Amino acid sequence: MATEVKVGQDERKIVQELVQNHGNKKAELIPILQEINREVGYISDEAIKELSEKMSIPSSHIYSVATFYRMLSTEPRGRHVIQFCESAPCHVAGGRQVWQTLKRELGLLNGETSQDNKWTLITTSCLGVCGVGPVMIIDEDIYGNVTPDQVPGILENYE
Amino acid sequence: MKTTRSMVLVSSDPESLDRGALDVFSTLQKQIIKYGLEEEITLSMITDISKHAMSPLVLIYPDAVIYGPVSADDVPLIVEEHLYKGRVVEEKQISAYDLSGRVAWLSARKGTLPAENRIVLKNVGLIDPENIDEYIINEGYEALGHILKEMTPEETIKIIKDSGLRGRGGAGFPTGLKWQFVKAAKGNKKYVICNADESEPGTFKDRLVLEGDPHAIIEAMLIGAYAVGANEGFVYIRGEYGLAIGRMKKAIQQAKEYGLLGENIFGTDFSFDLHIHAGAGAYICGEETALIESIEGNRGEPRSRPPYPTTVGLWQKPTLVNNVETLANIPAIIRNGPEWYKSIGTPSSPGTKVYTILGNVNVTGLIEVPMGITLREVISIYAKGMKGGANFKLAQTGGSSGSIIPASLQDTPMDFDSFTNVGVSLGSGALLIGNEEVCVVDLAKVLLNFFRFESCGKCNPCRIGNNRAYKILVNISEGVGTMKDLKDLQMMSDQLVELSNCGLGQTAGSPLKDILAHFRAELEAHIKLKVCPAGICSMSGRYAYQIQ
Repeated sequence: MATEVKVGQDERKIVQELVQNHGNKKAELIPILQEINREVGYISDEAIKELSEKMSIPSSHIYSVATFYRMLSTEPRGRHVIQFCESAPCHVAGGRQVWQTLKRELGLLNGETSQDNKWTLITTSCLGVCGVGPVMIIDEDIYGNVTPDQVPGILENYE
Repeated sequence: MKTTRSMVLVSSDPESLDRGALDVFSTLQKQIIKYGLEEEITLSMITDISKHAMSPLVLIYPDAVIYGPVSADDVPLIVEEHLYKGRVVEEKQISAYDLSGRVAWLSARKGTLPAENRIVLKNVGLIDPENIDEYIINEGYEALGHILKEMTPEETIKIIKDSGLRGRGGAGFPTGLKWQFVKAAKGNKKYVICNADESEPGTFKDRLVLEGDPHAIIEAMLIGAYAVGANEGFVYIRGEYGLAIGRMKKAIQQAKEYGLLGENIFGTDFSFDLHIHAGAGAYICGEETALIESIEGNRGEPRSRPPYPTTVGLWQKPTLVNNVETLANIPAIIRNGPEWYKSIGTPSSPGTKVYTILGNVNVTGLIEVPMGITLREVISIYAKGMKGGANFKLAQTGGSSGSIIPASLQDTPMDFDSFTNVGVSLGSGALLIGNEEVCVVDLAKVLLNFFRFESCGKCNPCRIGNNRAYKILVNISEGVGTMKDLKDLQMMSDQLVELSNCGLGQTAGSPLKDILAHFRAELEAHIKLKVCPAGICSMSGRYAYQIQ
């Protein structure tokens, strides 16, 4: 429990600094949420409450925005987030088989986080690197032309 | 500008960076200094349209020799042999033929394919996007200077109208007319927005312009702002495009330092301030009113129209929203005049179109060709034919929101009006080419899954319709479909098109309409014979949905 309280305090500090830097205009809400997501890994209830107070925006509005955009998460995620492109160009280029392999290797379904908190597996819409499909992104690393055989080797790169 | 003997370019697209392009660049720098060549040789990073397997690339001009894939270890040999002794290192050289997207840039450099004509991608891959001087040397900001000094906003709008330029975001609305609407709208405060939320699956043309020639977008936005009377603008770039956001930030900074953004530009009364807004991951934000909502700090839910953004847009002010590719045409039109622009393409759709070629073809990549070229030409000339000599079955145009085009329409000229006449749409310019191993049920399933996921949920036809249509398609692919399902799909397609609030739902119906019109036999085979002719669908019944 003690650590959780500390996390809450840290988040409040992060939120306060962000609001100070960005200002409290509503147009800054999404940029601020993006930074919270980057720094903390997700947008917690604590962060939403603090942000609501500092920006004078109802927390219901902040929650509705935070849950609308794919790059923002209101749930904690694993240490590494795998985003797999499920759009048609990657699908046609063999993405279907890679996706099956990923699910099997990790023992996860779409949107799940592993018990040891290492992996979160999500699908995403087109990432704009269709010339090298099938494509997946692990954290910030882009992998293109992925084949099912390569999947275990790629996953091994992450601690 | 000092005289240089050779120009060395290193590809720095995300794929190349991933494969060590920065190491190659820094080793090149060291080696060039080692041989004392730094006065004669310029070294730049470029965004090139290259194939993953060959990157990073090192391109040397004026010899037009391409090396790839180059690692830092290869650099000493290339510098010593090629740059110092003048001998081509043949073992690392790759022929243009092996390169994906070669058409897009080689012809611009060597003029081998007359059909290729670069306006939008003129500078991409040829200049250092992080250096404003290189843009300026290549006629950059010339058009802006010209209109600010010599033309009124009305004259500027007339040039764009006369050129016949139509919006490249997918709908093909006449750009000059849109500018005129914003100009005519009442209000002191107006905005210009560049829609760079390129999220159509299979489309990455805008990314390459943003990464490779960001100043062209800034210049075009300045021209647009002057014409409509705006003094503030936003570039809305999708959040996934990290490199593009970085390049655009740098370009805006440099333009500010040169006095091209800010107060009293070129010593005139015209002032313009430009900001970047990074998207947070939502396909729907490519719809202009959703994009505006998103900038304002809201959920990206489209507004009801009218009123259109041209009169009631960002913060209720008149707002001009143009797509990246549309804007990239503007400086060239101002420089060369509307007559020149109209001489390219077809009468109803002048100019060029940038296409991304994907799928089961020999050469994938990016091309910029005049409007009116046919699918057959694209496949046989630019894509070098179908992979493995397979038969062409269908093309899916314009990302998800385009059409599924059967082989029978492959000789229809690709321009806005010709496509509309045969009931299909050009979309955003992605061409996903499929052979006979592509199953239309499976493809439509993927597309509808995309739409049901990306639907913002605001209006019922889209939120419920896409979900139900998807489930029906799953059932057909699981071998438990009925003939009634086809009727239901037709009905849902009509309702999506007729009743949806915005473009997302309205286009979501088109893949359904297309497969029912052109691939009915294949659908019926799934239902009546329980057979997937392409051998893709499992037909096992395991994942079928219970639909009431």
